Amino acid sequence: MGLTYILRRLLTMIPVFLLVVTLVFFMIRFAPGGPFSAEKKVPAQVLKNLEAKYHMDEPLIQQYFRYLRDLSRFDLGPSFKHSNRTVNEIIAEAFPVSMELGLISLCWALLIGISAGGLAALKPNTFYDYIPMSLSILGICLPTFVVGPVMVLIFGLWLNWLPVAGWNSWQDRLLPSLTLGFAYAAYISRLTRGGFMEIRHQDFIRTARAKGLTETQILLKHSLRGGILPVVSYLGPALAGIITGALVTETIFNIPGLGRFFIESALNRDYTVVMGTSLLYFTLIFVCNFLVDIFYVLLDPRVKYE
Amino acid sequence: MAILEIKNLKAHFHTRRGVVKAVNGISYSIEPGQTLGIVGESGSGKSVSQLSYLKLLPSPPLKIPEGEVLFRGENILAMTEEKLRTIRGNKISMIFQEPMTSLNPYLTIGSQLIEPLIIHLKKSKRDAWKEACAALSRVGIAEPEKAMKSYPHEFSGGMRQRVMIAMALTTRPEILIADEPTTALDVTVQAQILDLLREIQKETQMAIILITHDLGVIAGLADKMVVMYAGRIFEEGPVETLFHQSEHPYTRALLRSTPRVDVLQDKIPVIGGSIPDLSQVGQGCPFYERCEFRTDICQITFPTSRKIAHNHETFCHVEKFQ
Repeated sequence: MGLTYILRRLLTMIPVFLLVVTLVFFMIRFAPGGPFSAEKKVPAQVLKNLEAKYHMDEPLIQQYFRYLRDLSRFDLGPSFKHSNRTVNEIIAEAFPVSMELGLISLCWALLIGISAGGLAALKPNTFYDYIPMSLSILGICLPTFVVGPVMVLIFGLWLNWLPVAGWNSWQDRLLPSLTLGFAYAAYISRLTRGGFMEIRHQDFIRTARAKGLTETQILLKHSLRGGILPVVSYLGPALAGIITGALVTETIFNIPGLGRFFIESALNRDYTVVMGTSLLYFTLIFVCNFLVDIFYVLLDPRVKYE
Repeated sequence: MAILEIKNLKAHFHTRRGVVKAVNGISYSIEPGQTLGIVGESGSGKSVSQLSYLKLLPSPPLKIPEGEVLFRGENILAMTEEKLRTIRGNKISMIFQEPMTSLNPYLTIGSQLIEPLIIHLKKSKRDAWKEACAALSRVGIAEPEKAMKSYPHEFSGGMRQRVMIAMALTTRPEILIADEPTTALDVTVQAQILDLLREIQKETQMAIILITHDLGVIAGLADKMVVMYAGRIFEEGPVETLFHQSEHPYTRALLRSTPRVDVLQDKIPVIGGSIPDLSQVGQGCPFYERCEFRTDICQITFPTSRKIAHNHETFCHVEKFQ
């Protein structure tokens, strides 16, 4: 894998990005209603002024090119709903919060998921396998809006160990990140178990055993890399999903993240915020997958990109 | 004195469908410097007989209900896992059929090659590296330094099998178990690998247990051979004797069904029928169904050993068949 591959991969991002811009732009515009069609009727003159201010009186195609031009200067425009705030400001304020929550959750997911899955694979069809695997089914099935309140109930209200809402101290981080990471931990534990179980039956593991290595040496040196590959390929989508999918968690724990803006903007037809958040998420998913592909090469020497 | 002696070894797989008697009471021994060939069809228990006592098969389902395997007089089956680990890969090494999959694709050749030296001989990483390089050049790999840093997928099948052999031999084992070492390789490479094994054996006086279904390989390398069928030994003796004066209908049929280049053959003879279901075999001879010389007694009990000559034993009720 050379620099040319990386460059080409990054270049292919440009047309895809343009496609996403175009699709999102026209789709949200063609959706019925608009940013100013709330229940409360505004006088015709006020509406006209508003439309003029946001250039909505121009033909759609002209607005599209205006948006592209602004975008090329990294200007995502003003929010239609949050007066006096630009989309850039909103993202700059809320995205780091979502990112932090997402990364902490992912760390939990990896820590819990890999150790539970590894334990299950080490002692398959025993107590150590059945317990974490049953829990993981639970983790996959239970939605965040059930896990979150239950955690709040147990650790916040009954045991009184942790704060139930807010985003100030480090204790505030614990419940939301565990809630969000739980489902991902469940899924990662299954992937880990599957990966290791498959590796265990490979001929080269028999070779390692025939050489006189201990089970621990076999696990750490001979199975880890191959066994972890399914988890690695899941990491890209997981990271993107964990950051974008934080809405419910952010709502339950009253966290000032970006998830809220993402959903609200779509419901309010806050066109520029919809565009800004969508494009941010697209870039995130693209970059995560790209990093995973690069990481793959480092783990599996047989993988080569031309 | 025999370096390895197997006495009445049984290895059974306990499956949901019943007990599969993969190895059903076998005995033989091997001396230093000797090459013992174990021949038989697929599923005859050749590999299981070796992998089982080295604990290289998952257990459960595998169980060893009976038998002794004496390595220098000490019963391997009674050893703790820890004790066994000091023998496995050190005194008794293995090479496998599939050189393509028997090396770890995620690790460099070097890091796999130095492992036995570090864990068994307690070498430092640097010394182990040097010795591994020497081992690679001994098995005929040019530029060993470069090979050490390569990954298995960058090598051909023959090269990988050379690496496997080098890896098995780094600790100077007393016994090398070669499980179909040449089956996955093409003919010219086969010959090179067999030459290599022969050469190393001459040098180190190690014993080789060669598992194969290829009688040509046996003829080329082994001194003594054991014919296995359905978990039983049918015949045992010097290779020369068994090839020309076999006293067992199965061995004869097996030899007849080997393609020959020196005789004009319209059709290669085959042994009719197929190997029996190993969970269904009873007390009788497992070859009964397919044997052209069967008698009533064959169905009832498995024959005891019958000595034909010094070193030549057969397990057949029928004494005269032609």
